[in-house]
Amino acid sequence: MRKFAVSLVALSGLIVGTIAYAAGDAAHAPSQNWSFSGIFGTYDKAQLKRGLQVYREVCSACHSLRLVAYRNLAALGLDEKAIEAIAAEKEVPGEPNEEGEATTRKALPSDKFVPPFANEQAARSANNGALPPDLSLMTKARVGGPDYVYGILTGYKEEPPKGVKVPDGMYYNAIFPGHNIAMGPPLSDEGIEYADKTKATVAQQAKDVVSFLQWAADPYLEDRKRMGIKVVLFLLFLSGLLFAYKRKVWSDVH
Amino acid sequence: MANGGSGSKVVKWVDSRLPIFSFVDHALREYPTPKNLSYWWNFGSLAGVVLVVMIVTGIVLAMHYTPHTTMAFDSVERIMRDVNYGWLIRYIHMNGASMFFLVVYIHIFRGMYYGSYKNPRELLWWLGVIIYLLMMATAFMGYVLPWGQMSFWGATVITKLFSAIPWVGEAITQWLWGGFSVSNPTLNRFFSLHYLLPFAIVGVVVFHLWALHTTKSNNPLGIDPRGPQDTIPFHPYYTVKDYYGIGVFFIVWAAFVFFAPDFFGEPDNYIPANPISTPAHIVPEWYYLPFYAILRAVPDNFVGSWIGFGYIIVNAKLAGVIALALSIMILFVLPWLDTSKVRSGRFRPVFKWFFWIFLLDVAILGVCGAHAPDEQVFSWFENFDYLTLARITTAYYFIHFVIILPLVGKIEKPLPLPTSISEPVLKGGGSAGAAATAKPMEKA
Repeated sequence: MRKFAVSLVALSGLIVGTIAYAAGDAAHAPSQNWSFSGIFGTYDKAQLKRGLQVYREVCSACHSLRLVAYRNLAALGLDEKAIEAIAAEKEVPGEPNEEGEATTRKALPSDKFVPPFANEQAARSANNGALPPDLSLMTKARVGGPDYVYGILTGYKEEPPKGVKVPDGMYYNAIFPGHNIAMGPPLSDEGIEYADKTKATVAQQAKDVVSFLQWAADPYLEDRKRMGIKVVLFLLFLSGLLFAYKRKVWSDVH
Repeated sequence: MANGGSGSKVVKWVDSRLPIFSFVDHALREYPTPKNLSYWWNFGSLAGVVLVVMIVTGIVLAMHYTPHTTMAFDSVERIMRDVNYGWLIRYIHMNGASMFFLVVYIHIFRGMYYGSYKNPRELLWWLGVIIYLLMMATAFMGYVLPWGQMSFWGATVITKLFSAIPWVGEAITQWLWGGFSVSNPTLNRFFSLHYLLPFAIVGVVVFHLWALHTTKSNNPLGIDPRGPQDTIPFHPYYTVKDYYGIGVFFIVWAAFVFFAPDFFGEPDNYIPANPISTPAHIVPEWYYLPFYAILRAVPDNFVGSWIGFGYIIVNAKLAGVIALALSIMILFVLPWLDTSKVRSGRFRPVFKWFFWIFLLDVAILGVCGAHAPDEQVFSWFENFDYLTLARITTAYYFIHFVIILPLVGKIEKPLPLPTSISEPVLKGGGSAGAAATAKPMEKA
């Protein structure tokens, strides 16, 4: 049994180590302290609300959030009225009227976040040819996850390192692969005024909006981890019982 | 059940018309099993459990999934966000694929170490290799379904391998695609086949178990049971041991599902498929990496110049595809490549070392598969890239099967085998290997 356990641990170590080693060679953004990391991690609702404010006032000018519905904002602690108000700021295509003409209506809580551009061409033409990616899964869709997105938002350098030429219309970013990014520095100190009076430094805004995007990408994170702890504790207990039972059953073989 | 008293009237009535109770009794209760199986023998039942969980979660996912290129990605996200506990079912299924391969790889290497493929278990081994092949096909097509960037580009790279086949390759590839590139018909048929193949696996598993129950289980000593004193009934001894194994295994699985659900995945697959934007690195899932390395390792015109394929122009791709196919097909002849009559590695002092070297070789191949061929392996050692490493380890992979195994079997002097499972050491053989087996059972 002990020999088996040691070999099994060694073997799993080999496999997981191989996978981790294989995956871990991308440019690293420094890791941050997130409220949602670790097995007991949770979202900080106040932070998510601030992040929502950053998204709405800054990011949403160019970036869509097409997989998230306004109704989902209830998870941030917004009440129905606030959600309806946020949704109603946008117009969406409605049902044809009685003459069959196209209409528009105010967005409802059941609608997904309305994108800033009607289509890819509109987005590109407004952004110097670059396409601002959708942010619904951004923290899952990049190596490094939230650390990477935070790194991008805080990685701008006004002066690129000596000898590095940044093409016209591009910006130097220490974390972005290739370092030339089409997105200008989106955040600035006191660029927005937080509703909860938190001091809006670039780092604070980046932290808040990345937390918000993490929630957008992984809305069930808290439920998942809570359930996980219960499931693992139950399985540990069950396995303990089964182990004891196994020994009892096997006692006459030895 | 059949010979038990409970409910016996109904049971007897049924059993005399359809001996299903006798069958279950015979196969799952009485089945005489060597009493010395170690925990390495748990992984077969674990694989069966994963298969069932995968089918159940897969059927539920299929109820919510839309196999159309414009909707597949969003339908998976809908499962993750709007279907009740959809995230849980999807994460179980997604990580289940990795768990399945993890368990099956351990199961396969256990068979290799203890010589479970040898006479009389060659067909049992073959059926296992067939299951493994079906698993690879199923997992590949399943990975395409979320229609992310890695789904699309992985599918493109792998299906294009068929185009390396001379003359008909191009036609075969288009036939597989149902078009001129990986597109909606491809996604549709992959969904259909991804649903079908697991049931084919179930079918082969039945044959695998049938063969197992005919030849009976191998055991860590690799010697046949001499009589009833060497075996115990499967139930309750191994049923309870399997339950315990399942409990522990579920903890590992749950740890990934709940705390690191994307550990095995590629971030790129959370970007919707885009046929006009190729990811920087197209990397297959971890369980294919060693074979991916073998595929890329074969030099240009290797087969053409070394084996002489005559007038067929063998390009690097075809040579790589042949090497890839051979690397798995060679498992079918493994029972005859290993010339040693001794099954268990415990009594094979030379083979034992080569087994671990082979395992390491496969792991290194996996690392090579994850890296770009021109990437340097060491920062402190120049001109040694992953392609070179992959070539060395690929060569060793085949050398292990074709040269080492046949030779070691002939040259090696095995340790004395115990006379029976119950009384392994009568002559007091002094070797450590034999002494370890003196314990009748690896007491848990």
